[in-house]
Amino acid sequence: MPAIVKISNLSKSYRRDSIRIPVLENINLEVEAGDFLALMGPSGSGKTTLLNMIGGIDKPSAGDVFVGDVPIHRLSDAALATWRARHVGFVFQFYNLMPVLTAFENVELPLLLTRLSKTERRKHVELALSIVGLQDRINHYPRQLSGGQEQRVAIARALVTDPTLILADEPTGDLDKNSAEEVMTLLSQLNSQHGKTIIVVTHDPRAADKARSHRNLDKGELA
Amino acid sequence: MAIPLKYSIRSLLARRMTMILTVFGITLVVFVFTAVLMLATGLQKTLVGSGIDENAIVIRESSNTEIQSFITRYQAGVIQTLPDIALNADGQSMVTGEVVALISKNRRDNSRPGNIMVRGIQPMSLSVHKDINLTSGRIFEFGQTEIIVGKRIAERFQGCGLGETVTFGMTDWKVVGIFETGGSSFESEIWGDVEQFLPALGRPVFSSMTFRLKDPAQFSQVRDRVKSDPRMTVDLKREKQYYDDQSRQTATFIRVLGIVISVVFSLGAIIGAMITMYAAVANRTREIATMRALGFQRPSILLGFLTESIVISLVGGALGLLAASSLQLLRVSTINWDTFSDLTFDFALTPNIVVTVIIFSLIMGLLGGFLPAVRASRIKIIEALRAE
Amino acid sequence: MWVLRLILRNTGRHKLRTILTILGLAVATMSFVVIRTLISSWYASAEVIPPNRLVTRNAVSLVFGLPLAYEDKIKRVEGVESVGRGNWFGGLYNNDPKNFFANFAVGPEAYLDMYSEFVLPPEQRADYFNTKNGAVAGRRLADRFGWKIGDIIRLTGQIYPGDWEFVLKGIYKGSQQGVDENSFIFHWEYFDERIKQTFPEMGGEAGWFLVKISNPKQAAGIGAAIDDIFKNSPAQTLTETEKEFSLNFLAMMDSLIAGLTIMSYLIIGVILLVLVNTMAMSARERMSEYAVLKTLGFKTYHISGLIVGESLLLAGVGGVLGVLLTYPVLDGISRALQGFFSGFAMNSLTVILSAVFMVVVGILAAIFPVYRALRLSIVEGLRHVG
Repeated sequence: MPAIVKISNLSKSYRRDSIRIPVLENINLEVEAGDFLALMGPSGSGKTTLLNMIGGIDKPSAGDVFVGDVPIHRLSDAALATWRARHVGFVFQFYNLMPVLTAFENVELPLLLTRLSKTERRKHVELALSIVGLQDRINHYPRQLSGGQEQRVAIARALVTDPTLILADEPTGDLDKNSAEEVMTLLSQLNSQHGKTIIVVTHDPRAADKARSHRNLDKGELA
Repeated sequence: MAIPLKYSIRSLLARRMTMILTVFGITLVVFVFTAVLMLATGLQKTLVGSGIDENAIVIRESSNTEIQSFITRYQAGVIQTLPDIALNADGQSMVTGEVVALISKNRRDNSRPGNIMVRGIQPMSLSVHKDINLTSGRIFEFGQTEIIVGKRIAERFQGCGLGETVTFGMTDWKVVGIFETGGSSFESEIWGDVEQFLPALGRPVFSSMTFRLKDPAQFSQVRDRVKSDPRMTVDLKREKQYYDDQSRQTATFIRVLGIVISVVFSLGAIIGAMITMYAAVANRTREIATMRALGFQRPSILLGFLTESIVISLVGGALGLLAASSLQLLRVSTINWDTFSDLTFDFALTPNIVVTVIIFSLIMGLLGGFLPAVRASRIKIIEALRAE
Repeated sequence: MWVLRLILRNTGRHKLRTILTILGLAVATMSFVVIRTLISSWYASAEVIPPNRLVTRNAVSLVFGLPLAYEDKIKRVEGVESVGRGNWFGGLYNNDPKNFFANFAVGPEAYLDMYSEFVLPPEQRADYFNTKNGAVAGRRLADRFGWKIGDIIRLTGQIYPGDWEFVLKGIYKGSQQGVDENSFIFHWEYFDERIKQTFPEMGGEAGWFLVKISNPKQAAGIGAAIDDIFKNSPAQTLTETEKEFSLNFLAMMDSLIAGLTIMSYLIIGVILLVLVNTMAMSARERMSEYAVLKTLGFKTYHISGLIVGESLLLAGVGGVLGVLLTYPVLDGISRALQGFFSGFAMNSLTVILSAVFMVVVGILAAIFPVYRALRLSIVEGLRHVG
């Protein structure tokens, strides 16, 4: 399998009052297409920062990040936005659905940036919602859904554009045990049945069990 | 137990942007409100300042102003010989007959005409009326075509400066002096010799008479006695009262219009305060629940939030007052609708206005803060603590 | 379209805040429009005066009259079509100063005809001229006191003492908006006759002459020609167009008008503050949503569009509501301040101006939230859990 994510010599540090705080040091990582990778590590280890860098919502201080063949560390903010819309689907710990939009509309949101017609969009959205098993919750607003359901809507939103990569940051962090199990099963099905490349950041070993491969981050370094 | 003021103030400072906007809104409203009150008060002060309580003015019955009035020779004779008139140091009775008229002159600023009140006076007028001081030049000579000009008119109208010539009634009048009267409406007049003015203005008789009362407390008795003569179709008024009446129409207009505008204006500010306070309550649901859990009673919470909105409104009110007080440096000229003459006056800030304005700001704060504070005090502890 | 939908739903999130904001904007817009309408109504009454009328008055002061003999001399000036005379009467209805309205004596017949903008039914006109103490009142004035044709109206003179009784024979309407409908006029001949009986020294004088000219372009020349005739007489004249005369009168209270104008702009300031406050609050609460939209690949203009759109929507609804509110309020004011205004003409400029201000305010209020939303880094925004 070819590597779909190639990270070389990546470092990231923040500045706070002229003090440099290193978060990631000299990271090298390759993720193969079709992998389901769990990035593990204690809180503060920089795993979310690394994920953000892969998803193009944060930029490295040094080093290269290639996704597919695209050097995303070199893209402008506007180009990154276009790239993200096409290639990345995000799943967040707190779901981050738009409270004023229904489940359907939330999932449709990323498709509004494409040229798809209204009927095509509807088809895609319905397909995505049926994959996550929420076809009967189409017109519900987020506040009418349970946490697990909300997260499944978020996953549908992440996969509706058929992205190269699905990135999930602590997707089970806010869920009870059963819902967490369901969400992780769903992600692993997306990987096994739909061939999606998925990277999950988590510190929950039980959630990480569903992944195919595991990497550990500690104090900004990959183990 | 009450919530300490410190807490309220720190909470306000935590949301600086919103608070500043709200305070500024109230500042604007208070500024307008204060300015209007100052304007109306300034107008009244200027006119009322022209009158003295010990003086009585005589005008024709049912004419509200000197402009519309005339006193027949018979009436003038009766007034001049009243036994109730005070005597000056030289033993002369302090009574004076005057003629007034409006003349039209162009303004210096836009060359548009304005009406100026001209007043022909007798030598005694200078002692009967209040503090007349020449700022430059000299007093006109009786028997000559000379005039002195109130300083507001000298500043504001073409050809009315010292040494210039004002033409009316087919006569050229030389300006030989500029006078001031401590801010009263006389400063918006032109004075000359009544014996010169009467023929020039085509008037056979005085417009009004003014006299100093020997015993000011006897005013109503004097009035009743004069009026008991059926030929005395005149009105006697205390001079102060007369001038107060003169300011009534314009001052009322300014006040009514201004207060209506201010009230509407204040709706905007109250709504602004309400929005701010509702947001404060919403953002602090958990905080409020915690305080309740710590044992603060509902009334204390209510009071705490009311305090916040009152602090906002008082700060805004103080700033508005401060800004408006700088208006005292400004001078306003407008037509007085009671006399149709041009009148210049200042914005006047009085303790009365300050108190009114503070109460006005307090009310805005209370109205803006009350409903949000009620909502805050009604928050249920358990639910709110669970809310994120 | 989806942007619109999102904007609409966003404004519905804090219903109370949205309602309060719109209410605030509406009230402020309303006062802006009302103040400007008051001012423009004053000027409007001067604007509708036909340009072919001149007023000749005593050069020294309006308080002084002019000899009647002047009338024939003015008539002979080239370009003059007809001349009439008028006197300010200054009577009070029921002797109450609150009942103030303009009342004056005019004559001869030609005077009324010069007022082409006063529309009076022919039979009422004939009735008026057949009644010695007949009078004609404007529609608004008649409405104000509930006068009907044939009513006896008693005025108490302030300049000319005594009680005067008139019979209302006609009620005129303005030919267009802005025409004064608050005046009360009666026969000059009746007026002069009575004055001569009671105050012989005051009669036989005209307060002013109204001069109709054939060519409005010659107004200045004819005015100068008239004033020239009386240059060396005891009563010099000042002739100007009636319009100029009205504008000069307005100029006497220009500082009040300036004050009102300043106030109307301060009101825009209040509108701005209310909206800025609301928008800043809404945007602050939605930072994490903006971050998500950015993550999904939405661009700067999408997000600015959302914020600016919401701000404009609030400003727009508030503005429209405010303008609509103006009508009942103006109605109330004209009822409360009768005698001061001759009907309100809402100026299209005022409406356009308030629309422009609403757009400007809407955009200004969005600037700060847009700036924050655009500067927001996604990583920061996502941490901002809503």
